[in-house]
Amino acid sequence: MNLLLLIGLPLLTAVAVLLSRNKEQVKWISLLGSMAQLALAFMLFFIFRNERATGNVTQMLFEQNYPLFSSLNINFHFGVDGISVAMILLTSFVVVAGVLVSWNIEKMTKEFYFLLLLLGMGAYGFFISLDLFILFFFLEISVIPKYLLIGIWGSGRKEYSANKLALMLMGGSALILVGILGLYFAAGRSFDIMELSKATVSLSYQHILFPLLFVGFGVFTALFPLHTWVPDGHSSAPTAGSMFLAGISMKLGGYGCLRVATYLLPEGAKEFANIIIILSAIAILYGAFATMMQKDLKYINAYSSVSHVGFSLLGIGMLTQTAITGALMQMVSHGLMTALFFAVIGMIYDRTHTRMVGEMGGLMKKLPFISSVFFIVGLCSLGLPGLSGFVAEMTIFMGSWENTDAFHRIATIAAAMSIVVTAVYILRAIGNTVMGPIRNESYLSLKDAAWNERLAAIILVVGILAIGIAPGWLNDLLRPAAEEIMNRIAGN
Amino acid sequence: MNEFFTLMKSELVVTAIIFLLLFIKISKGIQHSSLLSLIQVLLLINFIAGFFFNKSGGLFGDMYQTSPLIVFQKNILSLAVYLISLLCTDWLKKTEHLPEFFMLMLSALLGMFFMISSGNLLIFYLSLELASIPVAAMANFDLSKKRSSEGAMKMILSSAFSSGILLFGISLIYGITGTLSFAAIPQLLDGSTLQIMAFIFLLSAFAFKLSIVPFHLWTADVYEGSPIATTSFLSVVSKGAIAFVLMTALYKVFAPMQDVWYTMLVILAIITMVIGNLFAIRQQNIKRFLAFSSIAQVGFILVGISSGSEIGITAVVYFVLIYTFSNLAAFGVAAVIAEQTGKENIDDYKGLYKTNPFLCWILALALFSLAGIPPTAGFFGKLFLITAGATKGSYTFITIAALNMIISLYYYLRVIRAAFMDKNDNPISTIKLNASVKLAMIICGAGILLVGLLSWVYDYIHSLSL
Repeated sequence: MNLLLLIGLPLLTAVAVLLSRNKEQVKWISLLGSMAQLALAFMLFFIFRNERATGNVTQMLFEQNYPLFSSLNINFHFGVDGISVAMILLTSFVVVAGVLVSWNIEKMTKEFYFLLLLLGMGAYGFFISLDLFILFFFLEISVIPKYLLIGIWGSGRKEYSANKLALMLMGGSALILVGILGLYFAAGRSFDIMELSKATVSLSYQHILFPLLFVGFGVFTALFPLHTWVPDGHSSAPTAGSMFLAGISMKLGGYGCLRVATYLLPEGAKEFANIIIILSAIAILYGAFATMMQKDLKYINAYSSVSHVGFSLLGIGMLTQTAITGALMQMVSHGLMTALFFAVIGMIYDRTHTRMVGEMGGLMKKLPFISSVFFIVGLCSLGLPGLSGFVAEMTIFMGSWENTDAFHRIATIAAAMSIVVTAVYILRAIGNTVMGPIRNESYLSLKDAAWNERLAAIILVVGILAIGIAPGWLNDLLRPAAEEIMNRIAGN
Repeated sequence: MNEFFTLMKSELVVTAIIFLLLFIKISKGIQHSSLLSLIQVLLLINFIAGFFFNKSGGLFGDMYQTSPLIVFQKNILSLAVYLISLLCTDWLKKTEHLPEFFMLMLSALLGMFFMISSGNLLIFYLSLELASIPVAAMANFDLSKKRSSEGAMKMILSSAFSSGILLFGISLIYGITGTLSFAAIPQLLDGSTLQIMAFIFLLSAFAFKLSIVPFHLWTADVYEGSPIATTSFLSVVSKGAIAFVLMTALYKVFAPMQDVWYTMLVILAIITMVIGNLFAIRQQNIKRFLAFSSIAQVGFILVGISSGSEIGITAVVYFVLIYTFSNLAAFGVAAVIAEQTGKENIDDYKGLYKTNPFLCWILALALFSLAGIPPTAGFFGKLFLITAGATKGSYTFITIAALNMIISLYYYLRVIRAAFMDKNDNPISTIKLNASVKLAMIICGAGILLVGLLSWVYDYIHSLSL
């Protein structure tokens, strides 16, 4: 399968959006384009499974390599393993849902969809890149769409949030840039991930470059204490913007932490694993407790994202195959879940014009569909068996427990404790918004979800259920790839 | 004789155009508006002519040298001049002394061509003077504005001062080595204290022209006072030419003293980036803003130059090409708005997107490119400069450069935020764009988007610089 389609199709859609005449055209072109991306992602998934089933165990499939800046040995090198396929699937789900929930955007519709599709394209490109330079290019390409999406279509302190987000992510990028240049020169002038994974980088270099790269990518994925852009950015962004930010963009960071920092610099990873574990345990607990204090639904989900993403970083820090598989599952699961969460918040806000938990109540009576979805996503967030959150967190804990020493055990227990806190804030939020009597008279006239909102919610719920009920397929996808990474760490 | 014509082709074409303008001026036969179109066509011819009959070689006992790379550098400058003539159409149409303005500009360009081609300190000095004195006259071209005269005065004084320093440095070099030829000097250098002193004088003169901190004080005032056509010429063409010559001087003439100049460049690059960036944050006037931003950009160019290898040459030439498109696009937008509404402050740009979406996108592309954000070419340009700087293995230096990109992003975002996000009850009204202005902006926009993504441009420059 030609992976360039994954970049070409969104780009084509975006260009078509630019050329379209009116809002209706813009919306339908975007929807068709994103549906085609979803189909493409599924095709990739099935072809990939087939290839693996027929015994093709090459680490990267469908590789393509074109020289780009040949004098600097920069190549347009693409390929996918199980991790990339899972991330691409996640991206395509979120893109479709994001396009659907933005159906009623009135202000500058064309620009909105254009930027949204561009953001999606950046993510696809990032996940299939096997050249650090190209990877960095696609990571950075999302800065403009993110900044403009929040700054123009956002709410609240949107300019402040947009600035903060752009600058903090740029800071992360600066560290990544220095890190990849360090790798480039340390490994004899190559940006190629596959070549770098075979190169030997001296210990002292690894100890310098690993923190640069891990912290750099960590900024993207809300590594404590560099998570502060998350609450502001997510709460100010428009609904689809929040979905993309939390559902896709934060995963870019997690993927980078694993694929670039940990995979390419295994000795560095071993050296700093404990610090990662401490930081992510703090993030998990801090995020959970901070969420307890929030009254705004978007802030609730933003802080709980800090906590949930902490789990995937914890999994990476544990450096066992199961834990890394779990970390990746958590990325996919959290991506779907948080996108759905933001979508539901957006739907509620469109109707009630408030995001304050205290001002709502009894929405279940008037908005049964939205409220049920809210219920499902809440339960997923607190880790109910049968939904994706449980599978992912369980796998991480099992993997963490493989480390037998006291330090790892204590960190695992501390992280697991956060689930109790999660249950408290989730149940409280759900209870106060959808249960109980209707507190506001005007809510009596509210209308339940429209077709586009239903479709968006159903697509994401299907994803959550598919992982929650039958996690085998995701496990089959991720485990061999995690094994490759573990092999490199173990030094085979 | 034949060789004389082919090798000096670029200079001869420019000279011919200057004389043509002189005759036109005397004859007074052509109307003002068609004169501008004629000039634009001539400049286009000048740019296109740069691509034909290119040979390498030397003339006058290697006092004048040329090579494909040098021709390419000259082409970048010609392109910039052509774009300036298009972008500043509105202002140029109002100027009374149109032929004189272009005669001055082309004389300066001629000086720069000779400067880039110089193979001897003497011709280098002469051409540098030719490249700077007309610019001072150009700075004075807003005849009714006092600020314009003030800018010109500051410019000529600082130019004269830096020329003095340069001459002193050259005389020391001559005293030490007994020669002025670029080819002969390196063999006679051994890094003695006197030579380092001579080198410092030379470098200071370069620093004046490039507005490297702490020699940058004239920049902001001159930029603000001059008409935008002059400002963009100063910030793009002058800077580019001097950066090219600085590379030649460092890589060829002072190659034996690489350790000395590497340290100096690192220090200068760091303070230039930091000071330029920090001052840019505070600016309200768009011209002053772009002045400090271009100081910071020069800091980045120094990062590339510090590499001392062909990667550095490639990165710098490539960056100057991209910088030409980006900076001219930004200046072009500022010029149109300033000329039609008289507004030059960033706060005036609030709500611009509602009324002028095209201008806003061009401005955004230009500023994102200057900030180094993909998919614009500026991303590649900055990245390759930093890569070149990293070849020496000093990661602290590279980290500081990378962190400076954050500060610069902050102030570029300020303008974008004003244009796209801030509300304004009384925004700049819809501006009707002249066809040639629009053409130039589209060229710049295309350049910003394509020069980076079309990777053969970089590889081509690299093949020239080997």
